[in-house]
Amino acid sequence: MDVLNSIKFTMPSLSVNESAARAVVSSFLIQCDPTVEELSDIRTAVSEAVTNAVVHAYRGKTGMIELTVRLLKDKEIYIRVKDKGCGIPDVKAAMVPLYTTAPEEERSGLGFSVMDSFMDKLIVRSAPGKGTSVTMRKRLVPHGN
Amino acid sequence: MKVDIKNDNGKAVAIISGEIDHHNARSARSELDHFIVRAQPKELAIDLGGITFMDSSGIGLIMGRSKLMKECGGSLEVRNAQPYIKRVLRLAGIERIVKIT
Repeated sequence: MDVLNSIKFTMPSLSVNESAARAVVSSFLIQCDPTVEELSDIRTAVSEAVTNAVVHAYRGKTGMIELTVRLLKDKEIYIRVKDKGCGIPDVKAAMVPLYTTAPEEERSGLGFSVMDSFMDKLIVRSAPGKGTSVTMRKRLVPHGN
Repeated sequence: MKVDIKNDNGKAVAIISGEIDHHNARSARSELDHFIVRAQPKELAIDLGGITFMDSSGIGLIMGRSKLMKECGGSLEVRNAQPYIKRVLRLAGIERIVKIT
């Protein structure tokens, strides 16, 4: 992986940090001159991944969430959201649209669908009791100067 | 995020501005539910014209309010969603459940 620049941000799994994570990603991506739509897509995908960790990873307790953003060659953006929480017992089932284990919080079960639609690549790795890592990539379309 | 509700003879408009995510959807949900149960409007339009960010938490917010409006004998409509927000709404197929204008 040819990394041109990177940032790592660690935060407690508090819902108020969902907007902080979006702000960090937006600030870092300014150097790549993304279009408004590209930035919206990435912010939304990051918000979904961080929200999943906030809601599910630590089961009502607070743990840490690590957000890594890398700028790769050819304007490719790499994002990883990682926790050391309870893990997802069945990743395949969790990625099915409308699947949710938190209906009481009105979670729509579309988080992974949004990440998948708004980014080019989505990989979810999880081990029960060890945590979850969500990796996403998106190549920005070259435009202007 | 701010929710401003105007009710005119059973036709209500809730203007939501700011960002809708999991954190602040809770307060919007509570404010809207309180109004729906108390005022029992026949029609409620949620105006998203002032929304600067929305993830799938917004889908849960809209679907939940649509269900409550139906239970109270009314209907829900979503207005003025920007194209980017419409993309999020379309992913959920929400237009099959709620009128989007």
